[in-house]
Amino acid sequence: MLAWIFVPFAGGVLAWYAGRWRAVFARWIALVATAVTLALAVLEWTHSGSIHLSGQGPWLADSAWPWIPRFGISFHLAFDGLSLLMVTLTAFLGVVSVLASWREIGERVGFFHFNLLWTIGGAIGVFVALDLCLFFFFWERMLVPMYFLIAIWGHEQRRYAALKFFIFTQGSGLLMLLAILALVFFHQRASGVLTFDYFELLGTPLSQAAAMSTMLGFFIAFAVKLPAIPFHTWLPDAHTQAPTAGSVILAGVLLKTGAYGLLRFVLPLFPEAALRFAPVAMALGAIGIVYGAILAYAQSDLKRLVAYTSVSHLGFVLLGVFAWNAWALQGAVMQMVAHGITTGALFVLVGALQERTHTRDMRLLGGLWASVPRLGALGLFFAIASLGLPGLGNFVGEFLVLLGAFRVSILWTVIAALGLITAVVYALVLVQKTFHGENTRGWRLAECTPRESASLGAMVAIIVWLGLHPQPVIDTARASMNALASLPAAKAQQASLR
Amino acid sequence: MSFGQADLIALLPLIAVAAAAVLALLLAAFQEHARGALAVALLGLAAACALLPLAARAGPLGVTPLLIIDRYALLFMGLIFAATFAIALLCYSYFGGLNSAHRSVYVLLLLAALGSAVLVASSHFASFFLGLELLSVALFALIAYERDTERGIEAGIKYLVLAGLSSSFLAFGMALVYARFGTMRFAEIGAIVSAGNDAYDVELIAGIALILVGIGFKLAVVPFHMWTPDVYEGAAAPVSAFVATVSKGAALAVLLRYFIDVGAHRSAALTAALTAIAVASILAGNLLALLQDNVKRILAYSSISQLGYLLVAFLAAGPLGTEAIAYYLAAYFVTMIGAFGVVGAVSGPGADRASEALDQYSGLFWTRPWLAGVFTAMLLSLAGIPLTMGFVAKFYVVAAGIDAALWAPVITLVIGSVIGLFYYLRIIAVMCAPPPAAAPVNAQSGVLESGIVLAGLTVLLVVLGVYPAALIHVLHGALAGFGPS
Repeated sequence: MLAWIFVPFAGGVLAWYAGRWRAVFARWIALVATAVTLALAVLEWTHSGSIHLSGQGPWLADSAWPWIPRFGISFHLAFDGLSLLMVTLTAFLGVVSVLASWREIGERVGFFHFNLLWTIGGAIGVFVALDLCLFFFFWERMLVPMYFLIAIWGHEQRRYAALKFFIFTQGSGLLMLLAILALVFFHQRASGVLTFDYFELLGTPLSQAAAMSTMLGFFIAFAVKLPAIPFHTWLPDAHTQAPTAGSVILAGVLLKTGAYGLLRFVLPLFPEAALRFAPVAMALGAIGIVYGAILAYAQSDLKRLVAYTSVSHLGFVLLGVFAWNAWALQGAVMQMVAHGITTGALFVLVGALQERTHTRDMRLLGGLWASVPRLGALGLFFAIASLGLPGLGNFVGEFLVLLGAFRVSILWTVIAALGLITAVVYALVLVQKTFHGENTRGWRLAECTPRESASLGAMVAIIVWLGLHPQPVIDTARASMNALASLPAAKAQQASLR
Repeated sequence: MSFGQADLIALLPLIAVAAAAVLALLLAAFQEHARGALAVALLGLAAACALLPLAARAGPLGVTPLLIIDRYALLFMGLIFAATFAIALLCYSYFGGLNSAHRSVYVLLLLAALGSAVLVASSHFASFFLGLELLSVALFALIAYERDTERGIEAGIKYLVLAGLSSSFLAFGMALVYARFGTMRFAEIGAIVSAGNDAYDVELIAGIALILVGIGFKLAVVPFHMWTPDVYEGAAAPVSAFVATVSKGAALAVLLRYFIDVGAHRSAALTAALTAIAVASILAGNLLALLQDNVKRILAYSSISQLGYLLVAFLAAGPLGTEAIAYYLAAYFVTMIGAFGVVGAVSGPGADRASEALDQYSGLFWTRPWLAGVFTAMLLSLAGIPLTMGFVAKFYVVAAGIDAALWAPVITLVIGSVIGLFYYLRIIAVMCAPPPAAAPVNAQSGVLESGIVLAGLTVLLVVLGVYPAALIHVLHGALAGFGPS
């Protein structure tokens, strides 16, 4: 587990160093580092089945070292099925993003891969840290390299976008720090123990007002990352201006840290407050679904379009998390994984097109299918995966979320379901305007390289597998999600509905 | 009152610095080049640091009614001497290294360090005032040291006038307190205050408030901050670092000791005033920094806001607050010295305004990557980003603030930090930009001494940012039980 964090960090430093001589060394080191991380995660996953049966609760591994004893802070890492899924997804998208930047990044390659790998390492740290201070440490840790990725290798408005990204996430992060410290001191008042350990902070007795304000501190930080309306305005800029690898990691991994935070911290730490807040959160989720979809339709910039679909898809996650029953939670997890893959793939595709045409403006594109049928087919595949076609991964997630949410709030479920229709519109518009129609500019493009085919092909396979046989993912996260769904507050919610 | 061997041992660190100052002065009179004076200064400071544990074993001890050598004083002395050591090396690089004939700067640095050390050990108004004046007088000369530049003279005179003014405020405040109680010893004032019920009358509060004004000038907190940007801009970069770190740190340390001894935290009026000062410093420092285009001025306003953050910990009182102040000061010292060290390395001596403008840093990442890397680390630390000491320090302060339920200052701190990101990131973004075709930065090669100092500071910044437990252990031990009851 330590290796998951250590390999990307060490790989990053090595890549930076190697990049001083030959750019290609840096690329290979980064590729090997991410691949090793992925292999370690998959290995753990295939092993995890056997650990599960021994019935140790949802936690698969747990280790802690003292770090800052003065504050009761320890270097506490642990993971359950949810963390494992997220780590695997992160490592996989890490490989994809290294491949995607193979030709796109020509300058300061070493430093680029250093930042990329440190972002990945930080995100993995977020997924396995179970000390609140350590969690915050990793949470902030991944921002600075991402800032550099956008600010140095981004597109035309990179500095503005990078600054906006950093201010939004850092500002909300500080709010979370306040909430963490408040929680810790409330816990100290109640028990006399100063600790940042997740397991000890569970079940801290809080007054209603205290629980609500602390919960909101966490919620806003995660909602900015997710992003939920009205905290989403940084996202279109950051995604659009980032280099391809940056967009892939942003959409595939960084957004998931927000969802992960909701599942890991907001619900278990503040069950009552979260329950009272659930109607608002579900409303935000459902509005986000429709709003993101409509705005996506209105974009002419390909990357911006894909960015807004993220707002829409992550709305399902928010809805599912706060619907708070086993089905909706499973759906949210499934949606997180599937969205990471499809959106990552769409960004890779857009990046590939931009590399060839030097534009992302759909009004200039059109009729590309004739010259790049394979890219076109892949584009069509990921577009319909993204709109939630049955048989593909996203459908499973969205369907489960809607199924679970229906039992809690019919109104918001109906509105959320509207998002499925608008999704069809934007996804087909994407394909139509880019690959079909008249080739007014006379584009003649190179077909995809083996490198692109390999990474996109792997993503196709995963999406089909998730769609047809989602059981392994569901099984992996089941123990944790069931534990969440059987919290007293969740039971109370279900009881009130009967 | 006898002066025993224990007293002598306790005073050894101060004596070492004073002796070094005299020796450096003698050497400076006879030697042409600066190496001798620098060596004496460094040796004296190193010896003083080495003598601290010895003095700690002799103490805690009141040496004459004027000074108290306890772990608190020794801790801050250690910080002051270490910072002066680094700044002396930076000065050597800044003023031309081997060919430098600038000898008196080290004498002045030693005297200023001695004044600061007296300040943190003072337990009596006389030593308080004496230390402050020793520090101020040395600083007048240091700030105006580059006397061939107009800016240097301007900054020196500005500082001279305002420091004189603040000293008179301080003296008047002390006189009021003395008129009220008939004693100038902190501990006796505290005893009288806690014995009497009607102790906090107008006279005493006015006295403490005037002392606060005097110290406020030294701390450069709003509304006593006007001189800061001009002086920082006009002084040589290492001297600015000294003004920003050692002089402020010492002033804050003595103020804290005075507040704790006198029990001033119990006065609601003073707490309210300090809260207002903290909030105003955070907001004004950060907002005004946004408007600047000169890196030294940005750092000056940044330091105003940093002192605002420190005052939050100051207000928190209690042992946690004291520890937070000590850790924050350590982080702030490392960061500010590093940042001004980079500024000095980029613009060089006798620099004009243009060479400190932000666009001179354009593309620094690609032309001088190590320097830019160090500067980035320092700026991220000022912004409180993890892996740096600045993060742990901010964490400490926020923890202390929340523990004391100071919601308004803590929330201001968060807002201020977010505003702060704008200008820290702005500098970093400029450094990331593609370098200008013709590099206008004067191609002063990286001098060895400043390189070593900056590398050392960066390593310290990261190591203590990742594994702060070592330093926290020291602080916790040194400050145990030191806080208002």
